[in-house]
Amino acid sequence: MAETVVPAGTEPAVEEVHLRHHFATPAQQMDAATLGMWTFLITEVLFFGGMFASYAVYRNMYLDAFASTSQYMNVVLGGTNTAVLICSSLTMVLAVRAAQLSNRRHLILFLILTMIFGVAFLVIKGFEYHAKWVEGLVPGLHWSGYTEHPEFAYHAQILFFLYFCMTGMHALHMVVGIGLLTFLLVQAYRRVFNANYFAPVEMIGLYWHFVDIVWIFLFPLLYLIGHRR
Amino acid sequence: MATLAQRSPEVEAEEVNYLNVEHGWKSWLLTTDHKRIAVLYIISITLMFFVGGLMAVLFRINLLVPEGLFSAETYNRLFSMHGIIMVFFFLVPSIPATLANFLIPIMVGAKDLAFPRINLLSWYLYIAGALLAIYAVVRGGVDTGWTFYAPFSTTYSNSYVLAAAFGVFTAGFSSILTGLNFIVTVHKMRAPGMTWSRLPLFVWSNYATGLIQVLGTPVLAITLLLLAFERIAHVGIFDPNIGGDPILFQHLFWFYSHPAVYIMILPGMGVISEIVSCFSRKRIFGYNFVAFSSMAIAVLSFVVWGHHMFITGESMYTGLAFSILSFMVAVPSAIKVFNWTATMYKGSVSFDTPMLYAFGFIGLFTIGGLTGLHLATLGTDIATHGTYFVVAHFHYVMVGGMVMAFMGGMHFWWPKITGRMYPEAWSKFAALIVFIGFNLTFFPQFILGYLGMPRRYHAYPPEFQALNVLSSAGASILGIGYVIPMVYFIWSLKNGPRAGKNPWGAAGLEWQIQSPPTTFNFDETPVVTEEAYNYGPLEEIVG
Repeated sequence: MAETVVPAGTEPAVEEVHLRHHFATPAQQMDAATLGMWTFLITEVLFFGGMFASYAVYRNMYLDAFASTSQYMNVVLGGTNTAVLICSSLTMVLAVRAAQLSNRRHLILFLILTMIFGVAFLVIKGFEYHAKWVEGLVPGLHWSGYTEHPEFAYHAQILFFLYFCMTGMHALHMVVGIGLLTFLLVQAYRRVFNANYFAPVEMIGLYWHFVDIVWIFLFPLLYLIGHRR
Repeated sequence: MATLAQRSPEVEAEEVNYLNVEHGWKSWLLTTDHKRIAVLYIISITLMFFVGGLMAVLFRINLLVPEGLFSAETYNRLFSMHGIIMVFFFLVPSIPATLANFLIPIMVGAKDLAFPRINLLSWYLYIAGALLAIYAVVRGGVDTGWTFYAPFSTTYSNSYVLAAAFGVFTAGFSSILTGLNFIVTVHKMRAPGMTWSRLPLFVWSNYATGLIQVLGTPVLAITLLLLAFERIAHVGIFDPNIGGDPILFQHLFWFYSHPAVYIMILPGMGVISEIVSCFSRKRIFGYNFVAFSSMAIAVLSFVVWGHHMFITGESMYTGLAFSILSFMVAVPSAIKVFNWTATMYKGSVSFDTPMLYAFGFIGLFTIGGLTGLHLATLGTDIATHGTYFVVAHFHYVMVGGMVMAFMGGMHFWWPKITGRMYPEAWSKFAALIVFIGFNLTFFPQFILGYLGMPRRYHAYPPEFQALNVLSSAGASILGIGYVIPMVYFIWSLKNGPRAGKNPWGAAGLEWQIQSPPTTFNFDETPVVTEEAYNYGPLEEIVG
C-alpha cells in the first residue's frame, strides 16, 4: 500500500504505480476508475437522451418541416467535422496505447494531435454558428431567414432550437474534453504516466470517444433529414 | 464478529478519531474523508431543512383563516420554495449524502468511498446549488411550484425561475456524483468475504438509490436546461406558439421526478431494516426479498411516471398502462413492510428511540403507500388529483416515511458519528411529539382533499377552516418535535455520556470499530465470515 504523495516539482520515479491510500491493489483502483467512468458515461447518455427523445417526438410530429430544414444546413462543414472527430478518436486511442507502452514522446504527440483536431472542430462549428446568425436562423433571437418554405417557418424553429441545444451541449463537452487533454498533457510532460499507471489517459479517452459518438448521431439526425427522404 | 467489544465508557480518554485528528476550518473544507464530508452534509441539509420549514410555518399561518393572511402571490412563492428546498436540498440528499456517506464504506469494510475527491466535489456542488436557491428566495422566490411546469415557468412567471432552476440543476450533479460513488464502492470496495448476500440491507437500498440517481437525474438536468434556454430565448420546444408541446416537459420532468420519489424513500427503508433487526434482536425476515425488493422498486420506478399526468393530456390507454404499472410498485413496498413486521414477530423488541421512529415509519409509510394506490387508480385520481389528498399522501411518504427514517437513523448512529449518547428520555419524548404533530398536521389534509379542497390556493371556503386550523396547530407541534432533537444533539456533543463501540449491541462492521471511527475506519481490512444480522440473545454480545 504505497503512499504516493509526490511533492510538487520533484520527478516521480519511473514506472510509479500511484496507488491511492484507500485501495488495496492497483487492479482494484483501475477497476473502480473504469466502472466509475462507464457509469458517468451512462449519465451522459441520459443527459443527451432527453434531447434525442424530444427530437424524436417533434420529428414524428413535423416531419415535413424538419425535412425542409436540411437545405439550410451546411453538409460540407458538418461532414468535415465528422471526419475531424473520427481522426481525433484515432489519435486519442493511439495516445492511450502510447501511455500503456510508456512511450512518453508518442503520448505527448498524440495528445497534441487530438487537441488540434478538437480545436479544429470547434473553429469549424464556430463558422457554422456565425453563418446561422447572419442568415437569421437563430430561433427567438434572430429569426428572419427562413424564406424558402414560409409554411414551415414556425415548426422549423423547433428543429433549429434543438440544433443549437444539441450541438451546443456537444461543443461544451468538446471544450471540457480539450481542458482534460491539457491536464493530461501537463501530466505526461511531467512523466506521470507509464505502463503501470495510465488510468487517467484511458478514462479521459473514454470520455473523448463518447463525445465523438454523440456527434456521429447528431450529424445525420440534424443535417441529413431532407437528404434521407 | 467475535470481537464485539463491551460498553466501557469511563476507560476511554480522548482517542484519536476522525473528528480530532486535525483541526481548523481548512481540515474540514478540504477533507476527503467520507465521514467528515457526511458531517458537512448533515450541517448543510439541516440548515436547508429549517429554511424550507420556515416557509411551511408561514403558509400554515396564512391558512389559519379562510381568506388567507398573505397575498396569493406571496403564498404561491412560499409553497413553491418550500417544495423546491425540501425536495432537492433536503430529501434527495438527506440519507444518502449523510448517513450512507458515513456508513457505506464502513459497512462494506473499506477505508473510504471509491472516489473521495469526487465526494467532496459533490458537497461543493450542493452548496453552490443551495446558494442559488437561497439567492432566489432572497430576491423574492419562485411561484411555479416545485414542478416548474411549462409554459408558466418558461414564459409567464415573473419570479426568479432561472436562479432556482440552475440551483436545482447544480444540486442534481451533486446527487449524481453521490450515486456514482456508491455504485462503484459497493461493486469494487467490499472487504474479503463481504459477498453481495452478506451486505447490510442499508447498503442494498442505497445501491438501488444510486442507480436511480445516476439514471434519472441527468434527464432532470437537461430538462431544466431546455427550460432555461426557452426562458432566455423566448422560444423553445415547450412553446405552443411554434408547435411545441408543454406536455413533453411534464413527461421529461416526471421521468426523473417520479424515480426521485424513490430516491427519497429507499434509503429510509434501508435505515428501517437495520433498526428493526437490531431492536428485535432477530435476523431480518426474508433477507433476499428485502434486498431484491429495493432493486425491483428502482427498476419499476422508471416506468410509472405517467400517473402524474392522468388529467393533463394523456391518452386513456397510456393512463391505463401507467395505472397498472403503478400498482406493481406497491408489491415490493409491501414486501418490505411485511418483512419488517415478520422480523418483529417473536423477537425481543425493545423500545429505544430509533425503534420508536421505525414504528412511526412503518405505520405512516403504510398509510402513505396505500393512499398512493387510490391515486394510481384512474377514476379516483381524477377526483382527488390536485387536491389536498395528494398533499397528504406524499407527505405521509416523504415526512412520515423519509424524515422519520432520517431521524431514526440519526438517533441510531449518533453514538457512532459523535461518540456520545443523547438523553434517552428527551429523545423518546421528541419522537412521540413528532408522531403526534405529524398526524395532526397531515391527517386532516386527507379529509380536506376528499372533501374537495384544491391544493396551491391561498384561500378556501369557510367550511374548511376547522380542519385547516387543526393542520396548522399540528404543524406547530411537529416543529417543536424537530427543534427538541436539535437542542439535545448539540448538547450531547459536549455533555453526552461516551457511547463506546456498540451501545445497542448491534451486528454490523460499523459497530466493531471505535466511536467515533479513525480516519481510515479499520486498522486492518476486516475479513467477513458471517451473514448480516447475525443476532443472538443480547447477553452473548454485550455480556
